[in-house]
Amino acid sequence: MAGLTAAAALVVAALAALAAFTGSRTALPAGAGGLVAIGLLGLAGERFAQRRVRAWAYSERAEDLLVRRGVLISRLSVIPYGRMQFIDVVAGPLERLYGLATVRMHTAAAASDARIPGLGREEAARLRDHLAELGESRAAGL
Amino acid sequence: MSAGGAPAGTQSAPTPLAADAWHRLHPLSPVIRAGRALTAVVLVFVGTLVPGTRSGAGGSVGHLVSAGVLVVLGLVSWLVTRWRIQDGDLRIETGLIRRSSLRFPLSQIQAIDTVRPVLARVFGLAELRLRLGGSSGTSGRLAYLRAGEAEVVRARLLALAAGVAPDPHPAPARVLLRLPVRRLAGSILLSRLAVVVTLLLVGLLVTAVKAPDRALAVVSSSGVGGLSVLALLWRRFNGAYRLTVAEAADGLSVRSGLLEITAETIPQGRVQAVRMVEPLLWRPLGWCRLEVDLAGRQRRSGENSAESRQLRAVLPVGSHQEAAALLARILPDAPTERLPPPPRARWRSPLLYPKLAWGRTATCAVTTTGRVARTTTWVPLAKVQSLRLVQGPVQRRLRLATVHLDTAGRPLHVAIRDRDGAEAGLVLAGLIEGCRAARVAARAPAAPAAGEAANAG
Repeated sequence: MAGLTAAAALVVAALAALAAFTGSRTALPAGAGGLVAIGLLGLAGERFAQRRVRAWAYSERAEDLLVRRGVLISRLSVIPYGRMQFIDVVAGPLERLYGLATVRMHTAAAASDARIPGLGREEAARLRDHLAELGESRAAGL
Repeated sequence: MSAGGAPAGTQSAPTPLAADAWHRLHPLSPVIRAGRALTAVVLVFVGTLVPGTRSGAGGSVGHLVSAGVLVVLGLVSWLVTRWRIQDGDLRIETGLIRRSSLRFPLSQIQAIDTVRPVLARVFGLAELRLRLGGSSGTSGRLAYLRAGEAEVVRARLLALAAGVAPDPHPAPARVLLRLPVRRLAGSILLSRLAVVVTLLLVGLLVTAVKAPDRALAVVSSSGVGGLSVLALLWRRFNGAYRLTVAEAADGLSVRSGLLEITAETIPQGRVQAVRMVEPLLWRPLGWCRLEVDLAGRQRRSGENSAESRQLRAVLPVGSHQEAAALLARILPDAPTERLPPPPRARWRSPLLYPKLAWGRTATCAVTTTGRVARTTTWVPLAKVQSLRLVQGPVQRRLRLATVHLDTAGRPLHVAIRDRDGAEAGLVLAGLIEGCRAARVAARAPAAPAAGEAANAG
């Protein structure tokens, strides 16, 4: 989020400088206004992202995995270990940059989509192996 | 011409009771599979032979060559395809250049369909379709076998899937329900589609009286659309024509069809959910529709309606008594008591509120919803895949929450909607425990089958 804000601020500043260089009079005040607006938006976005991240939680219980997420719409998923068909560990380019990964659980139902983003790589691998092991021992047929 | 190309009379396939041996499909299979295309080619060919309309000798030779290519291709595909039942799997090998060997674990069978299109019935053949639990992959199809042979193979596959020896003299199936043709016709006439068609026809008649030439233009321009609507109505009629539900030793059997006959066998304990729909137009007659949901693939391209149909109507149209009797057979422990949500849920779902309710017993939950048509869904707790508690911003204001029950198969959106927040928490906790107990109970008698299902694939 902070990176995105900085990038947007840089672009606006560059545009304003370019316009001022070519002789526009309103370029500098407009550029300053733009920078302030971006700063405020960035702060709000940062706060929202923080709350979103803080709302994301999971808990490994004896028989099932709980995943909670969402600020505006709060969701709590309960997935029994025996129902997990397979488990993905996905890491996009940005996640890889920070050494993070997302664990995704899949059941036979398309609606039960549960994922845990932003785990450290070792934690993600541990969770995946642990869930797979538990799933194997408690597997139930369809 | 087609009969000359296919190797008729070389029926050398041993009886399928000889276990573990490779079998061939019926030699006429490619002819029937190419059925419609081949019929068209034959018609065109015959057309060119009629004197006066012939387009020259070159044309007919071209048709002959294309027909010959079709026959040869069919012959090759028949020659390279073989199947056998081995080690609890159905194996099918096919393909000449891209050879593929398919393995279908029988413990994962959700249902077996026997499909007999018109052309196959003429030759006394049938196709077997295996519905498996996986979310992807090829469907297991044996097209075509002799009808008697298909019956034997079907019984054998189901017995192997259940882990018992095939019964050579199965007990006769007990018929639970027969659908009268007149009621089926009535239900189709009272469907939304039929009403739309009637309105369009009336509009057309009015235009025909006022401006005949314009009506003619409308008819000629909407010919294709009209045909497809007719085809849809026909499919509905054919799909449920003389539908018979019977309880056999190896599961629930649903048989229907006028021209193309479909017979489906659903083994015990494969039903993921049961749904009852009561459309507005049927309400004066007290009719409803009862459907069962099975696990399996979502719809893919290149499949016909019978294959993609995860929701099979076991009662396309019937009275509430019939539906209740059938439901008692499929889910013996269905709850009778329903609890409505708190009155303030009216603010959140004004249209749904009058129909919202839920109830549960030790092994089964039921929810009702619907704006115009009431939809009631029963879910056996042993089949619930995951549970979700969801609360949106409006619901938080009103201290409401929704509990979702996710099932395999088609997304049915089974939800216990707009309950009191504290109650929803209790409901969720109760369902978690109930589902766990039901899973354990379901696993206990069939432990080996469940283990196989887990490590297959």
